[in-house]
Amino acid sequence: MAANVKAPQEVTERAAAVLNGEVTLTVALAGQPNVGKSTVFNLLTGLSQHVGNWPGKTIEQKTGTYRHNGTTIHLVDLPGTYSLTANSPEEVIARNYIIQERPDVVVALVNAASLERNLYLVAELLALGARVVVGLNMVDVAADEGMHVEPPVLEAALGVPVVPMVAAKNQGIREMVETVDRLARGEIAYLPSVPEIRDDHRQVLAEIHALVADCVPEPYPSEWAALKLLEGDAEITAMMRDECLPPERWDQVHEILMAHEDAVLSVASGRYEWVGRMIRAAVTRPRAGQITLTERLDRWATHPLWGLGILAAILGLVFWLTFTVGAPLQDLLDTYVVGALTDAASAWLASAPAWLSGLVVDGVIGGAGTVITFLPILVIFFAVLAFLEDLGYMARAAYVMDRFMHLMGLHGKSFLPLFLGFGCSVPAVMGTRIIESHRARLLTILLAPLVPCAARMTVIVFVTPIFFGKAATLVAWGLIATTLAVLAVVGVLINKWVLKGERAAFIMELPLYHRPNARTIGIQVWQNSAAFLKKAGSLILIMSVIVWALSALPHGDIETSYLARIGQALSPIGALMGLDWKMLVALLTSFVAKENAIATMGILFGQGENGAGLDAALAGVLTPAAALAFLVVQMLFIPCVATVAVVKQETRSWGWTAFNVGLLLAISLVGGIVVYQLASAF
Amino acid sequence: MPSRTMPENLVEKPVSLSAVPRGRSVQIKEIRGGHHILSRLGCLGFTPGARLKVIQNYGRGPIIVHLRDTRVALGRGEALKILVEGLEGEDRGR
Repeated sequence: MAANVKAPQEVTERAAAVLNGEVTLTVALAGQPNVGKSTVFNLLTGLSQHVGNWPGKTIEQKTGTYRHNGTTIHLVDLPGTYSLTANSPEEVIARNYIIQERPDVVVALVNAASLERNLYLVAELLALGARVVVGLNMVDVAADEGMHVEPPVLEAALGVPVVPMVAAKNQGIREMVETVDRLARGEIAYLPSVPEIRDDHRQVLAEIHALVADCVPEPYPSEWAALKLLEGDAEITAMMRDECLPPERWDQVHEILMAHEDAVLSVASGRYEWVGRMIRAAVTRPRAGQITLTERLDRWATHPLWGLGILAAILGLVFWLTFTVGAPLQDLLDTYVVGALTDAASAWLASAPAWLSGLVVDGVIGGAGTVITFLPILVIFFAVLAFLEDLGYMARAAYVMDRFMHLMGLHGKSFLPLFLGFGCSVPAVMGTRIIESHRARLLTILLAPLVPCAARMTVIVFVTPIFFGKAATLVAWGLIATTLAVLAVVGVLINKWVLKGERAAFIMELPLYHRPNARTIGIQVWQNSAAFLKKAGSLILIMSVIVWALSALPHGDIETSYLARIGQALSPIGALMGLDWKMLVALLTSFVAKENAIATMGILFGQGENGAGLDAALAGVLTPAAALAFLVVQMLFIPCVATVAVVKQETRSWGWTAFNVGLLLAISLVGGIVVYQLASAF
Repeated sequence: MPSRTMPENLVEKPVSLSAVPRGRSVQIKEIRGGHHILSRLGCLGFTPGARLKVIQNYGRGPIIVHLRDTRVALGRGEALKILVEGLEGEDRGR
């Protein structure tokens, strides 16, 4: 595999640019998962980074700029991937970027504590002809594990610059940038060692290369394409078969490939043999039998019993934090921000027509208020999850939940987005992107809205004390447990009847535990919250205005509004659950945002929006059985508008979106009727 | 570690990784399965000849192995497809 070099005139152009001092470098940041890539990216670009999507994909693309001694570095964060074979969309994105965009330098970030596996990606990058600087990160973590790496020895073996770093402590970042700069200026000799295929397949590779070499399109390196064919790479195979090779030539290639289906492991072995040669001299490993911190912690965290206990305790702690810290903050925001805005707008619009002040105060500010007051809960939730993720714990949670996820034809990784769903369904649905198989991902998306989100829990926390007194906490936990049980049953049934198929392989790295980095967590929280505001915020605002219009038209009075008429038309169904039309309307408005149910009841029962005095009014109209039915329906009801929007976005299918909404509607109504009838019977 | 679930003639006869008890070091002999799973396992370092140590195996549920400086969780189904043989003289009587 010869390294493919850039065309001579391109090099000359670059040299001229360097002489003129006008240097802009494009640098791609590559690395496997769990190497601290986002920490390095965040350190260099800070909040100047731009988050978007890769063209045509739902995978996040982060770019940013960094200036250094008159050099402007345009930094592109490639998705974290274990290899550059088309096993996942991320891998295709990463390698296509390198092949097609030709970044000046690729920084390959590697984790010094798992160097052997990490250098596998470096082997692939070098085979692709990329100009690589190896960022040897987490040397401190490696030292804690008893591993010592000699950067100069590694550098000599690889033939590419190696920069030791501890990104979490901001060490080595400057040196890394300087090395990138000097490499781009041609001040560093660059003679990479390139991995070769193992002897047993060298002849085959040569045969394939001879057959395809003149047909491989620019800018793909032809030897690389031949190797990927041998590896059975889906994307390259399809490209060569359908677009590049004449049919009779493809038949010849195909025949060779069929005779060497085992080549994929041989190619991987060849790369690992190369890696072995690279690190033999450079790495000293711990004595056998030494017990590391990760090993000690994992005896508990991944134990089939204690591991579940720890997970449950963490979940409990997250809820406790969310409601003890988040709820008061919510109240403060409601009083001082939303309240002040409402007062100001009402005063300002005092002489305006009633419909205008209604639109602004109830529609716009009401909707914005919903979004604003919901933020503290989400921020806390995102922060705790980012902390656990950075600590390295989340993979353990997926591991202990794997057994249970199996029942639904899923594996442990699907637990992670569902966990996010306790905060908000929107990031949960988007979080399913980590799941490799399409089927498992779709199933997880369909189940995500069934996880009781913080907004639904707000309603539970408000309503249960009114009807159940001292048993309120018990009822609340019972409702959560029931919802999760429904989720499990629905998952099992969908897996069995709707989305049949083979369960995808569960293969997951368990990263070493390490101290979380405040900056990484902060930026993660910021980006998640910003994404929520952008996605959910605008939708909730628009829907809030629409619902306000439905509740005010045609006479400016909710009792005679279109919304009331819809509620009244549905009252036969409500009667089965002991709910009058007002409660149905409250449910309908929860489509905008789940916690809207409380505000709507406030208006309908004439107690004002903040719910003061609502408890007495509610206690007067609802029997406990009906209240229980209402809560069950509310927990299982159709997802809010923002969730529906992301379900459509992520499934790219109106059919599945409609299926999801219809499914939840049916489940919630049946659940409400059953609960009411049973509860009234006793 | 005692080798209760591992036959004594292990060196000659490969067994599935899912049958290897905790603490044992073994060498991968063969990996069975479709192309996609071979490719995914291969890039993580599961290649014939690779050595690994079983960190956790409770007889059901996923297992944890340590190979190529990495801890990897594997579903039991995946572990079944990996055939291993004992490393002679290593980890005996530890």
